[in-house]
Amino acid sequence: MTEPDAPEEPVEPVLSIRAPVHLEYRYTAGQASSRFLRGLEQGRILGQRCPQCLKVYTPPRGACASCGVATDEEVEVSGHGTVTTFCVVNVPFYGQKIKIPYVSATILLDGADIGLMHLIQEVDADKVYMGMRVEPVWVEPEERKPTLESIRYFRPTGEPDAPFDTYREYV
Amino acid sequence: MRDVAVVAFAQSPIVRREEFRNEVEILLPVVHDAIAASGVGRKEIGFTISGSCDYLAGAPFSFVSGLDAVGAWPPIRESHVEMDGAWALYEAWVRLQHGDLDSALVYAFGKSSLGPLVDILVLQLDPYYVAPLWPDSISIAALQARAWLEKGHKESELAEVVARSRRNAQSNPNAQLSGDADPEALLAEPYFTSPLRRHDCPPISDGAAAVVLATGELARRVCERPAWIRGIDHRIEPHGLGVRDLTRSVSTADAGRRAGVGEKPVDVAELHAPFSHQELIVAEALGLDGTTDINPSGGALAGNVVMAAGLTRIGEAASRIMDGRAGRAVAHATSGPALQQNLVCVLEGTDG
Repeated sequence: MTEPDAPEEPVEPVLSIRAPVHLEYRYTAGQASSRFLRGLEQGRILGQRCPQCLKVYTPPRGACASCGVATDEEVEVSGHGTVTTFCVVNVPFYGQKIKIPYVSATILLDGADIGLMHLIQEVDADKVYMGMRVEPVWVEPEERKPTLESIRYFRPTGEPDAPFDTYREYV
Repeated sequence: MRDVAVVAFAQSPIVRREEFRNEVEILLPVVHDAIAASGVGRKEIGFTISGSCDYLAGAPFSFVSGLDAVGAWPPIRESHVEMDGAWALYEAWVRLQHGDLDSALVYAFGKSSLGPLVDILVLQLDPYYVAPLWPDSISIAALQARAWLEKGHKESELAEVVARSRRNAQSNPNAQLSGDADPEALLAEPYFTSPLRRHDCPPISDGAAAVVLATGELARRVCERPAWIRGIDHRIEPHGLGVRDLTRSVSTADAGRRAGVGEKPVDVAELHAPFSHQELIVAEALGLDGTTDINPSGGALAGNVVMAAGLTRIGEAASRIMDGRAGRAVAHATSGPALQQNLVCVLEGTDG
């Protein structure tokens, strides 16, 4: 028996335990995303138009986040678009597939009302700018899958720059 | 206290697996139905709150996309609980007590079909001493059922609960499991996790539910017979399973007392009891007797949308007030392992 007032001997603290957790999920993309992804497989970029505010979402998510209504009308956009903002990636990280520095950009596709994130290539990173007109470079048709990687990257078209007013709402 | 009432309820069909629709696509028509039924304009809703769980979707901040079903522009007053939507309703009720807002939209959704639900629920257990042993949610419930049976109860009582649930669910168009089950036949089935048989356990379910709340004058204006919330309370017991008496639900009893369950007769009770023995434990804790119609919807045994099943109990109880089938109803929701946390809501059709 230990006396009630006896000082306790400190024990070496336990700093960690190992408790591995492994859970597998089966993701449901949903109808809107599935249509978009199946479109990419066919070399098409699909969006949906909100029946209230008429904005076109690419990728679509089945609902207009502003109006809270279903976006049932499907629209196809061309793929040509405008760089609204971008960043130059200089940080190496595990699993990186592209040689740094490279450009990750938000691209406002013609006919869409929300920017799409993708890579800008075939141009030096320091030559990319806001308002630059770009187009998609697709992988070979037989290699296309339901993923945005079916678009290898976007590249400059050489068209005249888009005036700032045409995309100022989307920056 | 301000008078607050349920003025609308909507839910999706409860199904084993929503193969094609994601959470937002399930939720969108449910939220629209609830708002349309409420008579409160979407832009007039004062407060919006949801209940869901990222562990079900396997994705962080998955609840944010739920707002696509609501339309959060111009910016709205919004909140979320990582709990069953019944607790979201509680927060909405508290928010309406502030006095500056008159209505609230409460919604909940979940797809239990996406991952291994009985293992996902292990992650709510003590992370050091219990969770590493991976006691799945059915085993935890079986421990509770065993302790309850050892007190002198019979397995035939469980079969009676299941048979009534299946029978009642026949008149619930959204139920996942329904039928004319014979208690004797149920008892002849093999154990799943002893002493529980498969039918003593809830089905795996996907779905969504939504409720609209309104205060005094607004509720009277938009709803012919609002389901007035006359009492609402929730209580929690310790996390450690070993320090609780699993055969009783002390927290349900406490919450029920504070909500005023026993003050007048109860016509209808919708109890969120995912396992058959839990319905009997909860009914006893609330002091319900044979005069109360228990789980006329079939309850969670007929469809258990994790994160929405508790809110659905409130909605089902309120529906029976609103359409005049009941004068006074009790709704119950549970959360955590083996009935750890419980919410009780008393609804009445009588105004004033």
